Amino acid sequence: MSENLAIAAYLGAAILFILSLGGLSNPETARRGNLFGMIGMGIAVLATVLGPRVDLVHGLPLIVGALAVGGGIGVYAARTVQMTQMPELVALMHSLVGLAACLVGFASYVDTSTVLEGAEKSIHLVEIYVGILIGAMTFSGSVIAFGKLSGKIGGKPLLLPARHWLNLFALLAVSWFGVQFVGAGSIDAGMTPLLIMTAIALLFGIHMVMAIGGADMPVVVSMLNSYSGWAAAATGFMLANDLLIVTGALVGSSGAILSYIMCRAMNRNFISVIAGGFGGGAPAAAGAATPGEPQGEAVAVSASETAELLRSAKQVIIVPGYGMAVAQAQHTVFEITKWLRAQGVNVRFGIHPVAGRMPGHMNVLLAEAKVPYDIVLEMDEINDDFPSTDVAMVIGANDIVNPAAEDDPTSPIAGMPVLQVWKAKTSIVMKRSMASGYAGVDNPLFYRDNNRMLFGDAKKMLDEVLVALKS
Amino acid sequence: MSLTIGVPSETFAGEKRVATVPEVVEKLIKLGFKVCVEQGAGAAANFSDHAYQTAGASIAGSAAELYAAADVVFKVRPPTAVEVGQLREGTTFIGFVWPAQHPDLMQQLASRKGTVLAIDSLPRQLSRAQKMDALTSMAGVSGYRAIIEAAHAFGRPFNGQMTAAGKIAPAKVFIAGAGVAGLAAIGAAANLGAIVRANDTRAEVADQVVSLGGEFVKVDYEEEGSGGGGYAKVMSEGFQAAQRAMYAKQAREVDIIVTTALIPGKPAPRLITAEMVQSMKPGSVIIDMAAEQGGNCELTVPGEAVVRHGVTIVGYTDLVSRLASQSSTLYSNNLLRLTEELCKTKDGLLNVNMDDEAIRGLTVIKDGVITWPPPPLKQAAPQAAKPAAATAAPAKKASHGHGAGGEPMSAGSVLMVGAVAAALFALVGAYAPAAFLGHFTVFVLACFIGYMVVWNVTPSLHTPLMSVTNAISSIIAVGALIQVAPPLASGATGRPDQLILGLAVAALVLTAINMFGGFAVTRRMLAMFRK
Repeated sequence: MSENLAIAAYLGAAILFILSLGGLSNPETARRGNLFGMIGMGIAVLATVLGPRVDLVHGLPLIVGALAVGGGIGVYAARTVQMTQMPELVALMHSLVGLAACLVGFASYVDTSTVLEGAEKSIHLVEIYVGILIGAMTFSGSVIAFGKLSGKIGGKPLLLPARHWLNLFALLAVSWFGVQFVGAGSIDAGMTPLLIMTAIALLFGIHMVMAIGGADMPVVVSMLNSYSGWAAAATGFMLANDLLIVTGALVGSSGAILSYIMCRAMNRNFISVIAGGFGGGAPAAAGAATPGEPQGEAVAVSASETAELLRSAKQVIIVPGYGMAVAQAQHTVFEITKWLRAQGVNVRFGIHPVAGRMPGHMNVLLAEAKVPYDIVLEMDEINDDFPSTDVAMVIGANDIVNPAAEDDPTSPIAGMPVLQVWKAKTSIVMKRSMASGYAGVDNPLFYRDNNRMLFGDAKKMLDEVLVALKS
Repeated sequence: MSLTIGVPSETFAGEKRVATVPEVVEKLIKLGFKVCVEQGAGAAANFSDHAYQTAGASIAGSAAELYAAADVVFKVRPPTAVEVGQLREGTTFIGFVWPAQHPDLMQQLASRKGTVLAIDSLPRQLSRAQKMDALTSMAGVSGYRAIIEAAHAFGRPFNGQMTAAGKIAPAKVFIAGAGVAGLAAIGAAANLGAIVRANDTRAEVADQVVSLGGEFVKVDYEEEGSGGGGYAKVMSEGFQAAQRAMYAKQAREVDIIVTTALIPGKPAPRLITAEMVQSMKPGSVIIDMAAEQGGNCELTVPGEAVVRHGVTIVGYTDLVSRLASQSSTLYSNNLLRLTEELCKTKDGLLNVNMDDEAIRGLTVIKDGVITWPPPPLKQAAPQAAKPAAATAAPAKKASHGHGAGGEPMSAGSVLMVGAVAAALFALVGAYAPAAFLGHFTVFVLACFIGYMVVWNVTPSLHTPLMSVTNAISSIIAVGALIQVAPPLASGATGRPDQLILGLAVAALVLTAINMFGGFAVTRRMLAMFRK
């Protein structure tokens, strides 16, 4: 295959990737979109392997072997992963992209087969440097995110003293070593600053994600997604490969937009999320800001009373949160939904953009439980319907239904858009205890007159509700 | 000293109602008043003098005797000139007056130096005025009666049935105007089993029509017809043409038409023309509830039922009186609620508090001075705000698109972003070599494409989006591939082949995990999304 033919194939692959992302605008076309992505990837890999830059005689066995080993692991992981573990898996995969970008960067640096001079050489070196920097950050950040999401590392943000100065210092050091690296006379001389920079980037990635609280995880996951794209784009510059640049840019901007959407859903500024220290770090301040602490009494109900409320309702909205994912309660939720819908009750789901630990997390869980997606609605679509709702059932969510976000300007979550469950005739909150959510903010919803608390593990309680409904 | 409330007989021909029923007499006495009822005042509504006496009222032998004794007069119909003459000076009169239609009567009443509370002038939009709203209570009764009259004049049952003797088709009823009377008529007709359609110029009543079992027929023309205070307003020429077309169509289809269209202070709008009557099936019925104001149908004869072109047109003006007992009870309850408002001290005295918006609206003459029309209510806003809010909501929905959208950036930030971008491009253009520029162009354009495409992704698919973009980012494999075994010019010096090979193969394994795993897991997730 000639060079030109390979480029044409790359163009086709790039278009297929764009179509793939475009297809995700709607669940109907999403499956086709994924297929486009696979075809695009297949074309890109084949065009490269058959193209002029790979010596088939020497390379083919290695390439096939590597693809087979990696592919086997990947497919196995994809088959066995629990839907509740999706955020961890995605984070882990980001780390692989980051690491791969690093490796390719180093390989490219030590490769002497391409000789460049002058500005081109400088630019090439900068590209390598930046590519490795982003790759290393993505790698270590994603590994930490994986640890946090899977519970291997505590969800609380780690706040080092003077952490902003540390970050600034790291940035300056990276810049300084960058100058050293580009100015280095030989590969050996350049290797030292490159390795030091890589170490700093790894530490920076760790520090960045460690400082972010559990509630901000959706932002972090989508941000790392974005980074993995930029890493690919940087690699593309390094290798002068337009396909990598295009694809990296697509993924990078996609992740950036997701981060932005997540930030907006929490009414927070991207910088402040990255600067860290919000989720779980603020309860002391929150307590000081709202001196009144819990007002009034929360009214607890039993599973059978909950069933009674649901049975006599006409309009029900279920608001799931991370607690549902933790308890693996989505299947029971759908059993209840099915039963109620068969009785003519209009049951719908209201999803807050940052419910769960990853953008769209709740949708995936509900889809896994076979909940039809046309009754799963976004916050903006359903918020106006709460006043005409008989029962709003909140399952393992807290901050996203906190009326303080609207009523109390001193609240740490003031201004964050929330699902207005308190406007329903009755709201039922299922929770393990009265503990506050990730934002560490007390929830006045629990003390409202029309609110009932159903304490216990979401799965266990919902099973009881289901039994009570059917009896 | 407590005041005496006088209840005269109604003198208007055919009027059977009475302003106060025995049940309410008891409650008025509890408020501290004395009550005097003219002999036989309640007879037509089935309330005997004996019942009034049992309730504690005294009976006056004649109207003259009653008016002489009364400090306060409760009446239904506006007083005649004779009755005004009988009022003592300084008496308070409470009843229907229609000040706009009866300027002469207003002058006469003012000359009696008393106070007149016109129950028809109540500001109906005040929610606390509802308990006193006699127009509503009377309209409800008349709407019901209109359907009963229609059923009486119509030669078929209302409900559809399959009988051994054949099929009975359900009657089709069209109600023009879904005010209180119209809604009552819709409810009554639907309960009798008819197919009910209704129309109103005020679009917001559509839900109420549906809630009572009717079907809302729209006029094919955009215009909002709320005229404030819960009444309709006069519509534009274009609208009226479209409305006529709709009425003509309904006239051909339905068996019964009930018209209730009234515009305050104006003759009733002519909705049903002679041709429309002609186009109706023989045996059809029109109940014209606006007959007293001239009628909604051209052929209506007020006060009578006539047959024209085989269609019975009922123009009774006394629909309420035909249910005199019930409407008297409702009306006297309205007056009782008003009296409670006027006599909060329960000492049998009236205090006409002109600072109270509801009372201010009702009071058309105060101590001989005409105070009608009242100043406009302060809170006329809710009516106007409603359609505005309704249009705002869909607009918001449209802009949020797939959870993305967002407001456009302010001019300042656009300018700043533009300036930064321009500086960056200038820098790149000045120093970078041509090869880099080409790649840079591709990069920037791809960023924009990604930006445009991803905004369209629906929020429910954000997780699949992340996993598919993750899978796609394993395109880095291409970078690893070209390093595995490049076709080298023989004898390239000093290339650490083994090291590069090791790095490249490791990178290839990693990206392969990502590539296959990412696409597979996306596929698995997407397969779960179903309707």
